[in-house]
Amino acid sequence: MLSHTGIPTAEDIEAVLPPEELRASRRLAVFECFQDIPCDPCAAACPYGAIASFDDINDRPRVEAEKCIGCAKCVSQCPGLAIFVVEEHYSAQEALVVIPYEYLPVPKRNDIVAGLDREGVEVCRARVVKVKNAVAQDRTRLLWLAVPSALAHVVRNIRVEA
Amino acid sequence: MSRITSHPVLDFSTDRRLVTFTFDGRELEGFEGEPIAAALHAAGVRVLGHSPVLHRPRGFYCAIGNCSSCLMMVDGEPNVRVCVEKLREGMRVETQEGRGELRAHS
Amino acid sequence: MRTPEILVVGAGPAGLSAADAAGSLGAEVVLVDRSEAAGGQLVKQTHMFFGSKNQFAATRGIDIATKLTAQVVENSRVEMLLGTTVLGYYPDGVILAERDGRLLKFEPQRLIVATGAAEKSLPFPGNDLPGVYGAGAVQTLMNVHGVQPGDRVVMLGAGNIGLIVSYQLLQAGVPVAAIVEAAPTIGGYLVHASKIRRAGVPIYTSHTVKKAYGAEALEGVVIEAVDEHCQPVPGTEKDLAADVLCVAVGLTPLTELLFQAGCDMRYISQLGGHVAWRNDDLETSVPGIYVAGDVSGVEEASSAMVEGNLAGVCAAASLGYGGGRNGNESEPLRLAYLEQLRELRCGPMGAKTRDGICSLTS
Repeated sequence: MLSHTGIPTAEDIEAVLPPEELRASRRLAVFECFQDIPCDPCAAACPYGAIASFDDINDRPRVEAEKCIGCAKCVSQCPGLAIFVVEEHYSAQEALVVIPYEYLPVPKRNDIVAGLDREGVEVCRARVVKVKNAVAQDRTRLLWLAVPSALAHVVRNIRVEA
Repeated sequence: MSRITSHPVLDFSTDRRLVTFTFDGRELEGFEGEPIAAALHAAGVRVLGHSPVLHRPRGFYCAIGNCSSCLMMVDGEPNVRVCVEKLREGMRVETQEGRGELRAHS
Repeated sequence: MRTPEILVVGAGPAGLSAADAAGSLGAEVVLVDRSEAAGGQLVKQTHMFFGSKNQFAATRGIDIATKLTAQVVENSRVEMLLGTTVLGYYPDGVILAERDGRLLKFEPQRLIVATGAAEKSLPFPGNDLPGVYGAGAVQTLMNVHGVQPGDRVVMLGAGNIGLIVSYQLLQAGVPVAAIVEAAPTIGGYLVHASKIRRAGVPIYTSHTVKKAYGAEALEGVVIEAVDEHCQPVPGTEKDLAADVLCVAVGLTPLTELLFQAGCDMRYISQLGGHVAWRNDDLETSVPGIYVAGDVSGVEEASSAMVEGNLAGVCAAASLGYGGGRNGNESEPLRLAYLEQLRELRCGPMGAKTRDGICSLTS
């Protein structure tokens, strides 16, 4: 259970995924936020109004997936590093996953890294498609990763090999 | 353990100068102005003294001057909280055994 | 003898906010801190903060420290004295402080105590070994002094501090072998726990430390499972190699000055230990003495900032500065800060603090 392990279960994840019909064709933010804590900066982060402003800052984010274009601006603003962007059908075999990353070394475009699941276990090799470290991200790097399609909602971290 | 040179969030580049000091007679280096305990820790020194009665090894605990675990002799002065005391060139730092004895000041 | 209108002791998030709030209303403020740098514990916090825009959400703690300090430095009504250690509160209302080996005496009209909180420790065999460090110590070493605390860490405590410091250790290149938590569930924010789990760090809930061992310094830690009555379960020992055992089992308010001043002190475990009774305006039972931040109850930096603002505004208003520039500046501010505190505390994570304050003020 999440409160025992710190790891969301498949059911937890299923409950926060955007609607299936949208996921099939679009790049969308996924909010792995499962607890009412006083926190609201994601709402101000979205330039497209996809995250409603908070009536009570303890609420979970309310997201209008139709407005989300998967730009990943919210990903670097979430203090809990709990938002990811996923495109399930990036290519024939691959899904795209955008993760926030605050470790060194930072990989470079085209690097192959270990794709890790929510328990830190390596589940695949991932290809780094893009790396962004804009000033507005305040040192939270963003990594665009190509992973096997089946692992679109599994890979949430990487390890850079020495 | 060692000095951190690169960090994803922090910048540890510094223009403080490296100075030498002695620890129980051994010559070590550290940055001028950093706490003595940090310089010792970077040099791999973690035992800062021994307790008065049972002679158990002591290191620091809180690192901000609250707890009295890190007391050492510095330039002959006992009971110096090395976790807050700043390192200066040529300091003579020694492990303190027990409670330390106050020097008479003239 | 110095006689400022308001003396604020402690330049962490609460004290900096209190000084700026009071000075902005026109009060003459002296702010003191024993450290050479202002910012309190914020200077070690490399992670983004939570809360809302008013509390600098999504800004890194170290940057919040810089912003709050800059505000105070720019405030012409506030004088900040760093490297100044308050030594005691004397029966005649004089506060003694030490600076550069000299003694300073203050007799302020109002006193705001914002001295924060200190690490608790835990009794277990070997808890005095070099290498057994408080969580703050580990943060200070790596985030302030740029020294790795060790080669392999076991973290005791899965509250926010234990989880955050574990993450910061990974960022500093130091592996964390495990986080050990006696309670059956993780006490800190689950998003902090998730970050750590996806880096491969195990969290052993319902476990405690049996002993720490090593010849001259820490070499390993034995942990064991505990049952629902927190009693050890025989046969569940695990031996973890480590050269640092980081103790993150909670903080307790640093209340010496309040005891010395004769404030009505109560033991409230939800707030971290002994705290001063205080009213909604954060004034204690001794008229003119206010509290703000962790010293009033261990909580978060976000509420420390708001409490500092509240105490600063109330202390200044009590001296006649409530008008400010437009005739009634303090009252809307006071209400706004009370509302921000209510908002921060009204969710499930605020239950412990709400219970504690309720017990304290009932």
